[in-house]
Amino acid sequence: MRHIISVLIENESGALARVAGLFAARGYNIESLTVAPIEDPTLSRMTLVTHGDENVIEQIVKQLNKLIDVVKLLDLSEGSHIERELMMVKVKAEKGMREELKRLADIFRANIIDVTSTSYTTELTGTSAKLDAFLEAVPEEVIIEVVRSGPLGISRGPKGLGL
Amino acid sequence: MELSGAEIVVQALIDEGVEYIWGYPGGAVLHIYDALFQQKKMRHILVRHEQAATHAADGYARATGKPGVALVTSGPGATNAVTGIATAYMDSIPMVVLTGQVPTPFIGSDAFQEVDITGITRPCVKHNFLIKRVEDIAETLAKAFYIATTGRPGPVLVDIPKDVTDPGVRIPYDYPKKISMRSYRPVEKGHPKQIRKAVDLMVKAQRPVIYSGGGVIQGNASDELRKLVKETGFPITQTLMGLGAVPASDPNNLGMLGMHGTYEANMAMHESDLIIAIGARFDDRVTGKLAQFCPHAKVIHIDVDPASISKNVKVDVPIVGQVKPVLKVLSERKTKPDAEALKAWWQRIEAWRSVECLRYPHSDKVIKPQFAIETLHKVTRRRDFYLTSDVGQHQMFAAQFYPFEKPRRWINSGGLGTMGFGMPAAMGVQQAFPKATVACVTGEASIQMCIQELATCSQYNLPIKIVLLNNGYMGMVRQWQELFYEGRYSHSYVDALPDFARLAETYGHVGMTIEDPADLEEAYKEAFGMKDRLVFMNVLVDPEENVYPMIEAGKGHHEMHMSPYLNSERELA
Ligand SMILES: Cc1ncc(C[n+]2csc(CCOP(=O)(O)OP(=O)(O)O)c2C)c(N)n1
Ligand SMILES: [Mg+2]
Repeated sequence: MRHIISVLIENESGALARVAGLFAARGYNIESLTVAPIEDPTLSRMTLVTHGDENVIEQIVKQLNKLIDVVKLLDLSEGSHIERELMMVKVKAEKGMREELKRLADIFRANIIDVTSTSYTTELTGTSAKLDAFLEAVPEEVIIEVVRSGPLGISRGPKGLGL
Repeated sequence: MELSGAEIVVQALIDEGVEYIWGYPGGAVLHIYDALFQQKKMRHILVRHEQAATHAADGYARATGKPGVALVTSGPGATNAVTGIATAYMDSIPMVVLTGQVPTPFIGSDAFQEVDITGITRPCVKHNFLIKRVEDIAETLAKAFYIATTGRPGPVLVDIPKDVTDPGVRIPYDYPKKISMRSYRPVEKGHPKQIRKAVDLMVKAQRPVIYSGGGVIQGNASDELRKLVKETGFPITQTLMGLGAVPASDPNNLGMLGMHGTYEANMAMHESDLIIAIGARFDDRVTGKLAQFCPHAKVIHIDVDPASISKNVKVDVPIVGQVKPVLKVLSERKTKPDAEALKAWWQRIEAWRSVECLRYPHSDKVIKPQFAIETLHKVTRRRDFYLTSDVGQHQMFAAQFYPFEKPRRWINSGGLGTMGFGMPAAMGVQQAFPKATVACVTGEASIQMCIQELATCSQYNLPIKIVLLNNGYMGMVRQWQELFYEGRYSHSYVDALPDFARLAETYGHVGMTIEDPADLEEAYKEAFGMKDRLVFMNVLVDPEENVYPMIEAGKGHHEMHMSPYLNSERELA
């Protein structure tokens, strides 16, 4: 099963390497990992997407918790939560295609954030599935470059993951 | 008080109560060595290889329960220490290792003797730190000791760049009295509800077995465990790391379990309907094939490390907590087990016991390694005695044939299985207990991995006794080759051996060579009589003896191979 795990971790050098190293050393699958400091600059928040059966996920959660730098952790998949991922796509936009690509961007509520005489760069936020759908819809031969952030997640409701 | 970084390092160790530090100097730690030179409270022991510094600190920690401390230089000094760090990590031994590092402006430039030691050791330490400012030294060291010694203990490495210890920079010093970390809060007591559930299972059990490990020893919970065994009347089997928590002579003790465990211990595990695992981690050398592990049993697991629970074997009742308080509560519950069932269970166990699976053929021509250990016990049993070991057949023979009556008396590398551990570990133990008798049982292959430490023993007058069971082979390797590779002894013959007795003599020690079984006891008596001398006993043993019983890797507990000697006897009958 796919799990999305949020981790509050001390903003120390090497903290990211500890998490990445743990996944490598124990052979856990890691699909995406995003990390940045939060409003308290001594902490970073990490969002991890991984796959595994129940036992593997239980071990991943325990092993992450065991890392000395990890302050708090939440498996978002255990409750209802919201996920968003950001994607930027650079496409060839030559004469015949410009209108069509603009329409497609509108349908997906993507913004065109950079324009040249031969290209568009679009920006799109949503669930990973929505981003996948956009990529499906864009003709493959016009795609120049794709960059995705990996999903971020937050739980629904008034409660937050804090200290 | 204003101190330099180097002085802070030394003063922090003193304030932490450190008595001994094992180390080896080099460029990056020269400021620290200079500060060491100018104090009298802490003793530095100069080893001859950094691996030995970590093993000695580790041996000290295992015998005393206090954290062991090692100090090494950057680059090769640090990498030489890695084996010892990994050894301590696998057996959860509290240790603090200080490594020198190149000055901070040089980090990342491939400077002379630079290695990324925090990167290299990340997977084999409980935690590590790279100190970047002199202001951080005291607090970081306090954290290092706190982390190393609490929760599930383990080694912590602190990497200290040379400029941070600059004698020219002095700052006010204050050692933190108490450490609290928002990201690290080790558990204490177990959950009462879980304990209640465990008691329920224990009351109902028909065929219970207590399976205890190194956690009971590291957690100083031997008294509580003895009480629990007494209170319940349950049989107990102890892992290689757990020997001595409950005395070998306790009637409820079934001996060691696992790959070279006793028939009764492994059969009891296999037939059990309730396993009470205490401070043990279901290592593959203990469980054998997981799919066949204790097929009929429910499992209670008491451990301080939540990640140990349900890692290899699914646990029915986990109790996360320090083993000591949990066992205390458990034994106070006065669990009254099903007496009838227990009686019937013990009858079955006695039948397995009556096989006497450890019997071996005696010989008056050649010293059997088992006999060498039994005789060692005979000669040392009344002493305040510690036995360290290297890795191989001799280690298994010692575990099987030396009955340990107390915790912390049997000191060996179980998790990593590090050849070269035994002698330096014995140095650490002897340093901690100068009056005790400390012996190291070893093999002719293992001893050569840290043989240079004979010099350290000379310099510091460490009168350890080395019992080398010399079979001329990497016996454990040869045994596997005999059994699983049709006797193709690929590179397991230990050729070009030195004359060990004379080698020991050149280091200023006493050397002995013992060949005749009839001489063994007297020779031991003579050797152990030399209180102030290191005696190196080169005991020539049967070259082709094997360790039995044995469970092949990947087989179940009920699929034990017994010694051919027992099998032939059975055929005769
Ligand atoms: C550092 C290291 N290298 C290799 C091994 C693999 N190994 C395990 S036991 C053994 C043989 C040990 O031989 P010896 O010390 O003579 O002991 P014996 O088995 O003969 O009693 C070897 C090579 C190991 N455990 N540690
Ligand atoms: Mg040998």
